[in-house]
Amino acid sequence: MACIEARGLRKTFGTTVALEGINLRVEEGRILGLIGPNGAGKSTALNAILGLTAFEGELRVLGRNPWNERDQLMRDVCFIADVAVMPRWMRVSQALDYVAGVHPRFDRAKAEGFLAKTEIKRTSKIRQLSKGMVAQLHLALVMAVDARLLVLDEPTLGLDILFRKQFYDSLLNDYFDRSRTIVVTTHQVEEIQDVITDLMFINHGRIVLECSMEQFESRYAEVMVDPDHLAAAQALKPIHARQSFGRSILLFDNVDRQELTALGDVRTPGIADLFVAIMGDKAGQGGASQ
Amino acid sequence: MNTESNDLQPIAAAPFLPTRPFFWSVRRELWENKSIYLAPLIAAGVVLFGFGITAFTLPQRRLTALTLESARQRAAIEMPYDAAAMMIMFTAFIVGIFYCLDALYGERRDRSILFWKSLPVSDLTSVLSKAIVPMAILPLLTFVIVLATQFIMLLISTAVLLPSGLAGTTWQLLPWPRLSLMLLYGLVTSVLWEAPIYAWLLLVSSWARRATFLWAVLPWLAISAIEKLAFDTTFFIRMLVRRLTGGFEEGFVVVHYPKDAHVPVVDRLTQFDPLKFLSSPGLWIGLVIAAGFLIAAIRLRRYRGPL
Repeated sequence: MACIEARGLRKTFGTTVALEGINLRVEEGRILGLIGPNGAGKSTALNAILGLTAFEGELRVLGRNPWNERDQLMRDVCFIADVAVMPRWMRVSQALDYVAGVHPRFDRAKAEGFLAKTEIKRTSKIRQLSKGMVAQLHLALVMAVDARLLVLDEPTLGLDILFRKQFYDSLLNDYFDRSRTIVVTTHQVEEIQDVITDLMFINHGRIVLECSMEQFESRYAEVMVDPDHLAAAQALKPIHARQSFGRSILLFDNVDRQELTALGDVRTPGIADLFVAIMGDKAGQGGASQ
Repeated sequence: MNTESNDLQPIAAAPFLPTRPFFWSVRRELWENKSIYLAPLIAAGVVLFGFGITAFTLPQRRLTALTLESARQRAAIEMPYDAAAMMIMFTAFIVGIFYCLDALYGERRDRSILFWKSLPVSDLTSVLSKAIVPMAILPLLTFVIVLATQFIMLLISTAVLLPSGLAGTTWQLLPWPRLSLMLLYGLVTSVLWEAPIYAWLLLVSSWARRATFLWAVLPWLAISAIEKLAFDTTFFIRMLVRRLTGGFEEGFVVVHYPKDAHVPVVDRLTQFDPLKFLSSPGLWIGLVIAAGFLIAAIRLRRYRGPL
């Protein structure tokens, strides 16, 4: 069974179409990075998956309809919306008590263990914690739940580099195993490149690109072209070109590596570069959708 | 490591009672809203302070009271105890109103609704755990705090009256057990009578995007105004006032003595009348409306996200 399965998932706000009937399938054990510009429909998609918004079309998360069965679904699904949703009046100890009280799959000892590695005091109120500490606390709570799906919507927004790095490190080292699924959205695409197993670009409510990272690496290549080979390189129809230190960097989709190696230095592009190439000026007409 | 904990999970999860989320959600309300117990306690403190600093005149007042005929005598002795109860009840009522107005609005304003909704707690449980605060927890707390306050007042009065040998008169003449029973019964009838008010406030707090107080009050005033302008009648506003203030009287035989203003208040509420209360259509209509408002609030919370 797929962890998330959507067919014709559609959502409109008045006359604005947030999701244009997308089809989506996320298998168990994957880490999906959902990337898109502001207003692309990412959050709407996540909200539908989490049972926070009504939708048209078909959507099953762990076999349940999220809109009708949010409370049961939340036994197996955790989410961090962004760092600012923890109630500011609450004490850390109360947060632990409460989650332990209402969540049948919460392992309090585990959460205490994660917190012991931080400087968060049990008696502090959440409003007294720094932004990074709130994120650490929320992550500690979430990682102590034996959930099957974790949804992270801009989890590291506003955190400094150190916290962001730590955040993904502990997620991978202390939490992720092959039986769990993670869906993450972020604008800091470079920091999830080595974390995710699958990549999805979404724009104007449509899925623009959908591939596994293995496919991503074999399909896309970025070449720093030697000036004398530029014409030959252009002939191979790069999907994007940019200049860096006076040299042309071309991005190719599905072009034989052997051929490219002859033109200059070949490397796997950053997600950000591909994002710009596909979404950049042509906004979704990049021909890269499957 | 992980497989090990996975194997243990079913055993650990077995004793998880379905009522647990509700219990913890109510506790959560008390953590967040300390005014639920602090405000009545402060009111009790003020009452005791007032009673304490005027205690030195008590022997004199008691001597005067003892010269009165028996009904007024009792009333005079009872008066401070009733006043204490009323002040604490009134405080709790106000706390309940403002609590309800914020209950489903505050969580949207501070975005914490996303945190609450990330946990396996249904909207039904969440809304009911909030509704139970004004409808059961506040009345219960009021009862206990009033009882404790009155008991301390009794002790103070006994201590003050002891030297003059009048201490026994309080214990003889103050019908404390009857007062307590009346209080308990009155609290129960009040809550049932006022249920639509709390439910309405909860509904407004789950719906309004701002100015919950205005949304809660203005529609009713508007209807009253329209009625007055269109038909020159005041049924609606009188119904509202009765709903708002009549809670304690609804369950008792109320005897009005319009000509003799000196007749003690307590005597007007001497008789418990549960039959009259339970057979009043106003009670049942109110409860049905309250249930409707609550169901609407539960439904609405599902659609609601942060503001």
